[in-house]
Amino acid sequence: MVRLEERMMADRVDRASENEPGPEEIRDRECFREVGLTAEEYGSIRDHLGRLPNWTELGIYSVMWSEHCSYKNSKPLLKRFPVEGPHVLQGPGEGAGALDIGDGQAVVFKIESHNHPTAVEPFQGAATGVGGIIRDVFSMGARPVALLNSLRFGSLSNPRVRYLFEQAVAGIAHYGNVVGIPTVGGEVEFDASYEGNPLVNAMCVGVLPHEDLQKGIAQGVGNPVIYVGSSTGRDGIHGATFASEELGEDSEEKRPSVQAGDPFMEKLLLEACMELVKKKILLGIQDMGAAGLTCSSAEMAAKGNTGMELDLDRVPQRETGMTPYEILLSESQERMLLVVEDGREGEVREVLDKWGLQSAVIGRVTGDGRYRVRQKGRIVADIPVKTLVDDAPVCYRKGEEPEYYRVNADRHPEEKWKECDPGEALRQVLASPNVASKRWVYQQYDHMVRTSTAVRPGSDAAVIVLDGLDKALAMSTDGNSRYVYLDPRQGGMAAVVEAARNVVCSGARPLGITDCLNFGSPEKPEVFWQLEEAVNGMSEACRHLGTPVVGGNVSLYNESKGTIHPTPVVGMVGLVESRRHITTQEFKREGDRIFLLGETLPELGGSELQLVLDQKVSGRPPRVDLEKESQLQRIILTAIQKGWVSSAHDCSSGGLAVTLAESAFGTHLGAKVHLRTKWDPLVMLFSESQSRAVLSVSPEHAEAFAGLAEAEGVLCAEIGEVCREYLTVEVNGQPAIDARVKDLRAIWEGAIPCAMNPFSTN
Amino acid sequence: MRFAVPVFPGSNCDEDCAKAVREILDRPVDLVWYKNGNLDPYDAILLPGGFSYGDYLRTGALARFSPVMDAVAEAADRGKLVLGICNGFQVLLEAGLLPGAMRVNDHLKFRCSIQTLRVENNRLPFTGLYEEGEEIRLPIAHGEGNYYCDDGTLKGLEERGQIAFRYAGENPNGSVTGIAGITNREGNVLGLMPHPERAIYGWMGTDDGARLFRSMLRYWEGMHGAA
Repeated sequence: MVRLEERMMADRVDRASENEPGPEEIRDRECFREVGLTAEEYGSIRDHLGRLPNWTELGIYSVMWSEHCSYKNSKPLLKRFPVEGPHVLQGPGEGAGALDIGDGQAVVFKIESHNHPTAVEPFQGAATGVGGIIRDVFSMGARPVALLNSLRFGSLSNPRVRYLFEQAVAGIAHYGNVVGIPTVGGEVEFDASYEGNPLVNAMCVGVLPHEDLQKGIAQGVGNPVIYVGSSTGRDGIHGATFASEELGEDSEEKRPSVQAGDPFMEKLLLEACMELVKKKILLGIQDMGAAGLTCSSAEMAAKGNTGMELDLDRVPQRETGMTPYEILLSESQERMLLVVEDGREGEVREVLDKWGLQSAVIGRVTGDGRYRVRQKGRIVADIPVKTLVDDAPVCYRKGEEPEYYRVNADRHPEEKWKECDPGEALRQVLASPNVASKRWVYQQYDHMVRTSTAVRPGSDAAVIVLDGLDKALAMSTDGNSRYVYLDPRQGGMAAVVEAARNVVCSGARPLGITDCLNFGSPEKPEVFWQLEEAVNGMSEACRHLGTPVVGGNVSLYNESKGTIHPTPVVGMVGLVESRRHITTQEFKREGDRIFLLGETLPELGGSELQLVLDQKVSGRPPRVDLEKESQLQRIILTAIQKGWVSSAHDCSSGGLAVTLAESAFGTHLGAKVHLRTKWDPLVMLFSESQSRAVLSVSPEHAEAFAGLAEAEGVLCAEIGEVCREYLTVEVNGQPAIDARVKDLRAIWEGAIPCAMNPFSTN
Repeated sequence: MRFAVPVFPGSNCDEDCAKAVREILDRPVDLVWYKNGNLDPYDAILLPGGFSYGDYLRTGALARFSPVMDAVAEAADRGKLVLGICNGFQVLLEAGLLPGAMRVNDHLKFRCSIQTLRVENNRLPFTGLYEEGEEIRLPIAHGEGNYYCDDGTLKGLEERGQIAFRYAGENPNGSVTGIAGITNREGNVLGLMPHPERAIYGWMGTDDGARLFRSMLRYWEGMHGAA
């Protein structure tokens, strides 16, 4: 009897195409598995609809309930992040988060992954990742002012990896350069675990006056829903589902799941949307990103507590014969969805015409809470809209501490390297692609367009000045996946505090973060443990530093030949109160005193030195002491604001030795350093203990600076002075490093170009 | 002295150019939409960088057909100053207002960096405030800045002093004899790949570009008086 009822109901919502399985066939042949849904999820869909879903409806649920859109595996963990603060204007849940920066202005920012697309089609995969994040930011009403990224690849000795790296960088460059938003910062790490599964995380930062802040909601029954931008094609269908699966042998066949980007169209869309925002016409605006038209329209209706009716015949299409399933799930790029007051369509049309953009009214906001879709006069989907967004299944998974973590507790790598010469070790570490100069990468990015870049790529954090204000924004992306692998909680904390330290070293007060959680399959208990521990560590650090998480993205199922290193990436934004405070990492003047702040401990687990000498990591990573970290950041910022600091550089990958070398690379200067320590020279120079930084201070302020550090209880040692040409380091009176800065720089700058061109005779 | 900055769909250095004029010269400047065919009210035209029409087909190839380009040709004809920066230079080549053509950088990659240039001719309206032979630093940001012309054209450019700037030291794109910027025969139209508008304050890494704008103003005021 129930079955008969279900059949009758199903008949009212039509099958769109004869080639698609019908409702009964979906049930009997369990076709829902093809689109990534479980039997249990299929059951809930039947309950929500009160009948059997047709193929179109099944497709809609499958993308809306995918990890990518619903965060079903990570939602319980994400709740642990602190998301509030007096300066938070918009937390997670919209296109991007927004923080108050005073003067009626706000900064809007978000990071997002495009890992799976990049693995199969690196140029377009990476490029469209940039396009998507730009739209997320301008859909908030903000003018995008900067791009950053965080990249992970396998070893450059593998030709396939070189291809992926080269193409992904070219794709990122192409998109950002054409749109005209400077790519000002980022990071790249190389590790075998990313061999078949590279990571491309793109971050965009925008600025707006508070009153321009937009929301992605559909409000006002009867108001038109307007589609703007590129036509819809068959590209990217099921991209969100693809992104929520492991990469396998057949992933190459999923190239059609990867979209092609048109940055020129994006530029036109950006300018048109900025004009619409300024004219105050928009009631709601959202990017058609993951899961395309379906996700944007359903989310807008759910957030607006309304419903929506769409007529697919009105959707601009670049191919003929597209089914509702294809139109709804296409991830064709450069498309936006707008809701405006009824009767103002003409004003919108006028702006869009100026920019040569096509648009169409494709539906209306309704008041019945239904998500109803028509094609050729027939209803092809009719779903309670809240069930797509609010009733997405949540998986409460359990983590399990992996074996490797227990074993690592007793590993102490530094004990066996006593023989190693520190000077030679420095050369090797500088030649490691993780530490080496990334100029090969950022020279391909236009990092100066918009003429607001005050600190260009290569320093701890990038700094963008704000038009008409003395203020500036500092920004950085960070995450050391080796630390996270060895201890996800400590590694998660380290990612947050390092990002904050970078921002502080540039003269800014950290404001908040966006994060991208790149992990393996959450169905593996040890991976879920990594995720949970990392989130706990990040949350703790964010609470302590007062930097809320205002948005981000989760990318799970990063598996191809094994699981990737767990890779939470933190995008931090900070506020520089005055342009006078902007500080870079390079030494400035001969005779300036060099200070090492913070305590060095024998912490070489997960260090760059360990990777270079052992080709693998083991042990425990450096520990983070949050109290010490905030003390350190406080005195660095105070000293910078007092005008005492010539240069500031945080100690991270490669330890003190690399920090000193990098501080010398920007200029023709060097350093003469004497260290006193109870540790072995190698430990002192290459330990990656957290909460440390190297500052150079003009001689007349040296005493005051040391006094400040002491008063704040931060360990502070004057270790030498800035000199010309040479980097010489003595440890306990014994020579450890003696090199021409020019020679070290040649190693550091040459490593990546050399690795990318192994057949070059140069 | 009034400045116009034509804006094509895909221009992205238009605001930067206008900002340089406002902040360095304190003179009026308007962004002029590409469909506007009238540049009569203006004394100088700055064709901005960016990717007009996405640089689809060929850099600058579509922009040259815009109505505003007829007006730019007319302005050039009447002796007004026309400055094409980066994509603006490419458009001037496509429009035939400057000789030669642009190729993809010889290393095939987009390149953004601050480069050292040599001022080859300081008797131009755009270079009066530089010393002849002076080395200056300006940023570049382009994928197609590999300027090419045949030997005859090159000889003519050299003889008539039409080569304004050359890269000193490293040639970042493979251009013929390191050419970074050239003028027309009359010297009132300059195209260059580097971005002077990105080099107007010390915090930008170099402020050597400011003098290019100041040179234009000084030249014009020398001809017409301050107005």
